[in-house]
Amino acid sequence: MVGAGGIGCELLKTLALSGFKDIHIIDMDTIEVSNLNRQFLFRQSHVGQSKAKVARDAVLKFRPHISITPYHANVKDPDFNVDFFKQFNVVLNGLDNLDARRHVNRLCLAAGVPLVESGTTGFLGQVVTVHVKGKSECYECQPKPAPKTYPVCTITSTPSKFVHCIVWAKDLLFAKLFGAKNQENDLNVRSSDASSSSQQTEDVFERKNNEDIELYGKKIFDHVFGYNIELALSNEDTWKNRHKPRPIYSKDISPIELPHQNGNQAKISVGGDISSVSAMASMGLKNPQDLWSLNENSAVFLEALKLFFSKREKEIGNLSFDKDDQLAVEFVTAAANIRASSFGIPLHSLFESKGIAGNIIHAVATTNAIIAGLIVIEAIKILQSDTKNYRMTYCLEHPSRKMLLMPVEPFEPNKSCYVCSETPLTLEINAHRSKLRDLVDKIVKAKLGMNLPLIMHGSALLYEVGDDLEEDEVANYAANLEKVLSELPSPVMGGTILTVEDLQQELKCSINIKHREEFDEEKEPDGMILSGWTPALAAEKNGSTSTTENGASTSGVSQATSLMTEEDDDLQIIPTQPGGKKRKISDLSSAATSDFSSVAKDTKIQRKDVDGNNDVVMLDDGSLGNSKKKIET
Amino acid sequence: MNGEELTEQETALYDRQIRVWGADAQRRLSKSHILVSGLKGTAIEFCKNIVLAGVGSVTLNDDRIVTEEILSANFLIPHDESVYSGKSLAELCCDSLKDFNPMVRVSVEKGELSNFDVDFFDKFDVVVLSSSTLSTKISVNEKCRKLLKRIAFYAVDCRDSCAEIFVDLQNYIYSKKQGDEAVECLLEYPSFEEAISVPWRSLPRRVSKLYLAMRVIEKFEELESRIPGESSDSDLPKVQKLRKQLSEAQSLDESQIPDSLLERLLEGRIEFPPVSAIIGGILGQEVIKALSGKGDPLKNFFFFDATDGKGIIEDISKQKP
Ligand SMILES: [Zn+2]
Repeated sequence: MVGAGGIGCELLKTLALSGFKDIHIIDMDTIEVSNLNRQFLFRQSHVGQSKAKVARDAVLKFRPHISITPYHANVKDPDFNVDFFKQFNVVLNGLDNLDARRHVNRLCLAAGVPLVESGTTGFLGQVVTVHVKGKSECYECQPKPAPKTYPVCTITSTPSKFVHCIVWAKDLLFAKLFGAKNQENDLNVRSSDASSSSQQTEDVFERKNNEDIELYGKKIFDHVFGYNIELALSNEDTWKNRHKPRPIYSKDISPIELPHQNGNQAKISVGGDISSVSAMASMGLKNPQDLWSLNENSAVFLEALKLFFSKREKEIGNLSFDKDDQLAVEFVTAAANIRASSFGIPLHSLFESKGIAGNIIHAVATTNAIIAGLIVIEAIKILQSDTKNYRMTYCLEHPSRKMLLMPVEPFEPNKSCYVCSETPLTLEINAHRSKLRDLVDKIVKAKLGMNLPLIMHGSALLYEVGDDLEEDEVANYAANLEKVLSELPSPVMGGTILTVEDLQQELKCSINIKHREEFDEEKEPDGMILSGWTPALAAEKNGSTSTTENGASTSGVSQATSLMTEEDDDLQIIPTQPGGKKRKISDLSSAATSDFSSVAKDTKIQRKDVDGNNDVVMLDDGSLGNSKKKIET
Repeated sequence: MNGEELTEQETALYDRQIRVWGADAQRRLSKSHILVSGLKGTAIEFCKNIVLAGVGSVTLNDDRIVTEEILSANFLIPHDESVYSGKSLAELCCDSLKDFNPMVRVSVEKGELSNFDVDFFDKFDVVVLSSSTLSTKISVNEKCRKLLKRIAFYAVDCRDSCAEIFVDLQNYIYSKKQGDEAVECLLEYPSFEEAISVPWRSLPRRVSKLYLAMRVIEKFEELESRIPGESSDSDLPKVQKLRKQLSEAQSLDESQIPDSLLERLLEGRIEFPPVSAIIGGILGQEVIKALSGKGDPLKNFFFFDATDGKGIIEDISKQKP
């Protein structure tokens, strides 16, 4: 298992109950107070400890006789190489970040170990997929929709993108200040020791009768942007490999003179039109596309807070974020930007923030349990080599035609996938202007997702990363990075074929270089174009139009879309990938009769057998024909 | 620039999917009271989910003493006899569930559910029966319906790698999002007794075979006074006989209920953990929908069979005249 978070906890529990006996689990994270209400294997007293280790201990309490090996480590560490992966029968992913998933996908391909994955389709809901080298598509055969759910600890403690700050501002801070008072909220918690502090926190957010609104605003400001950051900094482990945030206090902010304090703004408010209450307006900020400074954001934050308490007091306690609520968007934008300043994340305009804030799905806790159950069912089929019955299962948010869980046959490998096939890539680039560094950062790392890349031109090494390099090699590669391609020791120009390789991922691909003089700055900001690579949001090809019950048309985000017509009782899944073939669900899921039920039977019989000695054995019926019984998620 | 526009468009287009429970829904959840009777694996999964979601209270009802078999499907109880000896299943689960979320009140109600009077149910918003007898399902469902307040009633059964969920929300009004507009929708649910008395001939076309098979097994256990799930494949001949009787009475071809399926259901006294996780999750989602008034609730049966992996909703209610 890779990942001991939301899905990971559910997965480990279900694996143990199902009789899996030898499980290895990798997770680099430590438990945060904010994990506790979702990741049910963890308790208050575990805060600060390794998720993988605590999850193991929690499961051993109800299943003492199984073997669980925890690794408190990053799955990208070189220790977890292809040989490491080869010792397992199946790898189960409970990860929620794209980079690590791509990395695990490559290692599984290289080790020839089946991988069970899950994720959002961005359209249909969640999906559980099975990736077996050569038999079904790999994790990277299909474009991935932008992830729309975020790990809670990223939101509460370690944001690295602006969207994390938006989620924090909208779902935690806004909800805490203006939403229902008794709701659970991750902002309730702030230090690792116990209930006394959460009591205190309640008091901070509660505005006392007649408490001066300016002072209250500054108190909230100092608490969430100052004190909470100081607290987070005290957990030094968290910041070992991360950029440390900077606490911001209201006293550090230089005041901004508000124009028209008693002018037309007051008149508008008297009119009672709530939509016209605006902190921007009272501060004379007009263009929503402007980027505000930290000072301006701070002033908008305090002003918006004040306006909520003075002009919209009746709604407080009942508000939930609405992207059409101007004041709410202003507040969330300002709060997100102040937090972004703390964490060294680029600021965004109100216009951009509004777009981001209006487009977020929460991870629903119950979904994790369902997904984990589906993953375990596929894992069992893999252990039985029940190849014919591997399924990818959509967990539909909105049932179409009575189907809530919709199994389809796994897609075939995408022949032009650069990860699992040997398709060469083509890179259009200006060889006289672009540096090797641009190629490494924008293509090899960002697009190809390589961790420890090596770049070769013929037999000449142009670039390499690793701990075992000699000093002169390191200096040489560093110098190469700053050179334009055509001036490298072994010049790279139009017609050159580069070999790019990641030894850890055992992924190797060829890139045909094509020189091009000009690039459109707006449309091609990278100044280079990679083709033969599946970008996010691939356009639909082969003319298949996809419609759904509610008449929505897809934007090519989903891997498969269901097509329904009134006359036809059968549901069709049309892969949007080029060359995909249509298939009927009703055919494929009823035609093949699974011997799955017999597995369940065997399991039970064996359980009865071993009841006497408190042990649970599963899938040990010899049909495996394989002595390896390790599960790695 | 294009990316920006797409995001806006997506937002508008998929608005109904970009659901947010919101503060309002959470408040309703935190004020709700839930009764769960029968604590097998699926019910345990369900309890975990709603306790984590932050409901107001959960009342557990299961007086059984813990056995090895019960332990095998239960992740709430430590594998240590000194902890579980002398306590009922509900008491032990209660201790663990409290730990999950201190803001939820978890308590135990002892006694046989079918003996409780109508007033007892008045303090709940949701009643969930797991692995109950046919007569208990019918009587508890009727009692819930006699009260002025609307109680959401659910019955769940998992056998082998198959599962059935029954839902009765009585007359349920909710706002369904259609595009940008919210439309008031009324769903009229039949009681369990009404639903299962729908003649088999008038069931939806290609109704799940599980529905039919479950009715045969349920009836069998009722006639033989068995505890649900306490049958075995040695009962198969008797069950086949009952299938024949019922099919004839309903003028249905008995091959619609295959032997293999009956066999699996008869033997399936232990729930299959991955199926419990899935069904406990789906039941949790449904209860959260019903309590929060957000999302389209399922009407009125749900079936899952891990053999084909399909999770299917069936609407089994009398056709309006
Ligand atoms: Zn691939």
